[in-house]
Amino acid sequence: MHNNFNNFDRTLSDEDVLRRRATLLQRLHIDGPLLLLLLLLAAGSLFVLYSASGRNLELVIKQASSFGFGMLAMLLIAQVEARFIARWVPLAYVLGVILLGVVEVMGHNAMGATRWINIPGVIRFQPSEFLKIIMPATIAWYLARNNLPPGLKHTAVSLALVGVPFVLILRQPDLGTAMLILASGAFVLFVAGLPWLWIGSAVAAVVPVAVGMWYFVLHDYQKQRIHTFLDPESDPLGTGWNIIQSKAAIGSGGVFGKGWLLGTQSHLDFLPESHTDFIIAVLAEEFGLVGVCLLLLVYLLLIARGMVITVQAQTLFGKLWAGGLTMTFFVYVFVNIGMVSGLLPVVGVPLPFISYGGTSLVTLLSGFGVLMSIHTHRKWIAQV
Amino acid sequence: MPEPIRLKDHEKDARQVRARAVVGAVAIALLSLVLVARLYYLQVIQYEQHSTLAENNRIHVQPIPPNRGLIFDRNGVILADNRPSFSLTVTRERAGDWQKVLDTIVRVLELGPEERTLFERRVRQGRRPFEPVPVLFELSEEQIACIAVNQFLLPGVEVAAQLVRHYPQSEHFAHSVGYVGRINERELKRLDPVAYSGTHHIGKTGVELFYEDLLHGQVGYEEVETNARGRVLRVLKHTDPVPGKDLTLSLDLSLQKAAEAALGDRRGAVIAIDPTSGEVLAMISQPSYNPNLFVTGISGKDYAALRDSIDRPLYNRVLRGIYPPGSTIKPVVALAGLDSGVVERSTRIFDPGFFQLPNVDHKYRNWNRGGDGWVNMEAAISRSNDTYFYSLAHRLGIDRLHRYLSHFGIGQRVSLDMFEEAEGLMPSREWKRIKRRQAWYPGETLITGIGQGYMLATPLQLAQATALLANKGKWHRPRLLMKADGLSPEQLMASGLLEARPAPPDIQLKDPHNWDLISSDMQQVVHGARGTAHKVGATARYRIAGKSGTAQVVAIRQGEKYDRNKLQERHRDHALFVAFAPAENPRIAVAVMVENGESGSGIAAPVAKQVMDAWLLDEKGRLKAQFAAPPQEPTNAQ
Repeated sequence: MHNNFNNFDRTLSDEDVLRRRATLLQRLHIDGPLLLLLLLLAAGSLFVLYSASGRNLELVIKQASSFGFGMLAMLLIAQVEARFIARWVPLAYVLGVILLGVVEVMGHNAMGATRWINIPGVIRFQPSEFLKIIMPATIAWYLARNNLPPGLKHTAVSLALVGVPFVLILRQPDLGTAMLILASGAFVLFVAGLPWLWIGSAVAAVVPVAVGMWYFVLHDYQKQRIHTFLDPESDPLGTGWNIIQSKAAIGSGGVFGKGWLLGTQSHLDFLPESHTDFIIAVLAEEFGLVGVCLLLLVYLLLIARGMVITVQAQTLFGKLWAGGLTMTFFVYVFVNIGMVSGLLPVVGVPLPFISYGGTSLVTLLSGFGVLMSIHTHRKWIAQV
Repeated sequence: MPEPIRLKDHEKDARQVRARAVVGAVAIALLSLVLVARLYYLQVIQYEQHSTLAENNRIHVQPIPPNRGLIFDRNGVILADNRPSFSLTVTRERAGDWQKVLDTIVRVLELGPEERTLFERRVRQGRRPFEPVPVLFELSEEQIACIAVNQFLLPGVEVAAQLVRHYPQSEHFAHSVGYVGRINERELKRLDPVAYSGTHHIGKTGVELFYEDLLHGQVGYEEVETNARGRVLRVLKHTDPVPGKDLTLSLDLSLQKAAEAALGDRRGAVIAIDPTSGEVLAMISQPSYNPNLFVTGISGKDYAALRDSIDRPLYNRVLRGIYPPGSTIKPVVALAGLDSGVVERSTRIFDPGFFQLPNVDHKYRNWNRGGDGWVNMEAAISRSNDTYFYSLAHRLGIDRLHRYLSHFGIGQRVSLDMFEEAEGLMPSREWKRIKRRQAWYPGETLITGIGQGYMLATPLQLAQATALLANKGKWHRPRLLMKADGLSPEQLMASGLLEARPAPPDIQLKDPHNWDLISSDMQQVVHGARGTAHKVGATARYRIAGKSGTAQVVAIRQGEKYDRNKLQERHRDHALFVAFAPAENPRIAVAVMVENGESGSGIAAPVAKQVMDAWLLDEKGRLKAQFAAPPQEPTNAQ
């Protein structure tokens, strides 16, 4: 690892060192813009959740404490130098895959899917969440050891590294998370400069594979789900109900919305999963197009900051990891809003920071902790 | 060849990442635009459509049934009211597995499989989603407690208080007021689904059916906000229902009871009409039944017992019973003879005990086989001499008989507001040609003249013909309704609330004095020494004009079992008597029919007298002042 000493983008001039004297935030390894945006989201999220949960203050307090816990995790992770983490990434990956295997064998079953490791009274833990952070790190670690862009061999190994947890999570079954894991690995490859020809070929291969799966692999109920996605009105009381109601909720919000706590679709229980995966419909109903666009703006600012961090990262490992995390974050946003508004089929992807659920919150904030770590530790030489 | 050592080129890596980050940022921006476009499409372009869907989701209109109008007798005694009753309702959408819930109800209330079937039928009849369907009525306190204790086992089951029709006079008015029952599927197709959206009951017979539109009222509405499970959260808009109109009938409870008492336990019919107005004062068809049984759904067993009873309690003899009127129509025939000039008042006919048409051997016999000798009209009516009326009918001919008797209401519906009145039959040449494809025989004219043969009349028609004799041909259709919210039937018809049934033209005699002559002859029936009903006249405190009659029972009726003893009893003639009183100021016209009573003067006449007594006499047995003398014409003060 000694060669990492040479991993500078550039050498800092004296002037630079003077200008960039460590501020308090930098000393605490906190990225100001990210923290500001995250606090903004946290506050807004609690408002929306209060309405979406039917004024369930208990739920809001639980979510607020999850935020607190997540922020704490984020700040702790930010203290750890990314280069230090890199050393432990392979081990973490192996551990994560083993835990997924454990879930496969003896996991705790909740709501028809086996995702949890539950040691009662000690810990309730979802290994797939852990992998959401570690997966891009693993690929980043692997690719950063070599020159970019990745060759055929490195690409193949990377895909294999992604494929193992992907398959294990798919078998839980948890299509949403599996796809996020796949995406996070793929984005690292993309940022690393995977040749366009290969990307094009992969996309072109999707079509025949999809057709083949439709006829030979998919179960009838899965075909039904796709059919419902394409035409929700065909089964308005069954599987199409959710999407019809969420579209009605979003659409009836109009430009300015019905007002906070005044959304009829969610408050009268027409909207399913209103405080978890479908919470964007509540927001859209109560705050209208303006509210959703403001939320999107905050997301895009977060992503923009993530991109800046990616580009400015001093190590290749940091660049790749930050890029993978940032782009995956957008996938969360896009898939969730897309599925609730009827653009995409319904897969279980929560809306980041807004949907109720402590686990995903902690995972997301941990990811931003990683970004902060990558960003705030980069001037280490100047601080010596 | 040694592989060239590839040094890490950090600048190149950084450029690579930067380039891909830019591509990624552009892609993210484009995809974000897709999301915004999608939201714009839903929230701006499709706003109306989704807004409507969301509103329709939450807002439901619930009907509030109007309270059914009450029914009173002429003195304000209540005949039909609405009583709060607790019923058990099941809302299918909330019950989950509603079949299982029904099983639980049956188990909890310890009911049998018969009720289980009934419940299921009722639930299946439910019309709208989220509508609580009543399955069991008149819950007892204990049953309500049982349901309350087991409520957790019974999702979608509620004890609901609702107003249910109740007939406090029970069987006394079953044949006039009728009853309501649950709306059946046939009625459902016919009814206005909006007006009846909250109503479970509808008039099935009698006044309840005839005045259904007035009694029902107008449905009210409640716009309610419901959640996805159909639970009502709040009321957004409320429109009160308009209760149905209260009806005051012309029937009199005490007269009704007196008439029932007079009839005793005999089968038969009594109808009393005020000839000056057509108001029906009493209407009895015996035996009767308890209409309350029908309101909440009569059990199959009870209904079968009523339906199959040999006494036919469900049969309304006053309106549906058609009988040969017998001698009761002789006064009308006599009047026809006088008015058409075929006989004089003084015309006498010799009665050898029979009448023969010229050149025909057949003897048409008088009921008194010995014959009455020379009889004039007065004697012919008071003695009910058949020979005289054979002769008179022969002289009149069937055409004139048909015209006069029809004008008196025989063979047509006479009532203003009675449900399912039978037409009866007034035969004519034309009728026989069309229906029987035969010519009219002169002999048939003769027996028509004494109210036999083809002629059939209901007790109501006999009473109406008598009322017409009493008020000198002035037509008032017999009616049960006196006032509906202060409006008379005529006013209701004028305002279109009631189907118009105009009265036939009044009967104009060439010589109005003939009315008095016939009245006088009818008084001789009761008060004359040789009158057929002179036993009744002996105790009368006022002058009665009456006429007895017997109706032959021709054949075994359908539905009766062959039982020799019963048959013989039920083969006997029906006893008839019609009368009006006081003769000089007629205020009540009565028709009495006693099934198998045999003697009109012996059995039916005393019943008629008791009814008239009950109406005309006060408690001390004296004629009530208002009936004593003809109403005084206001004297012109000079």
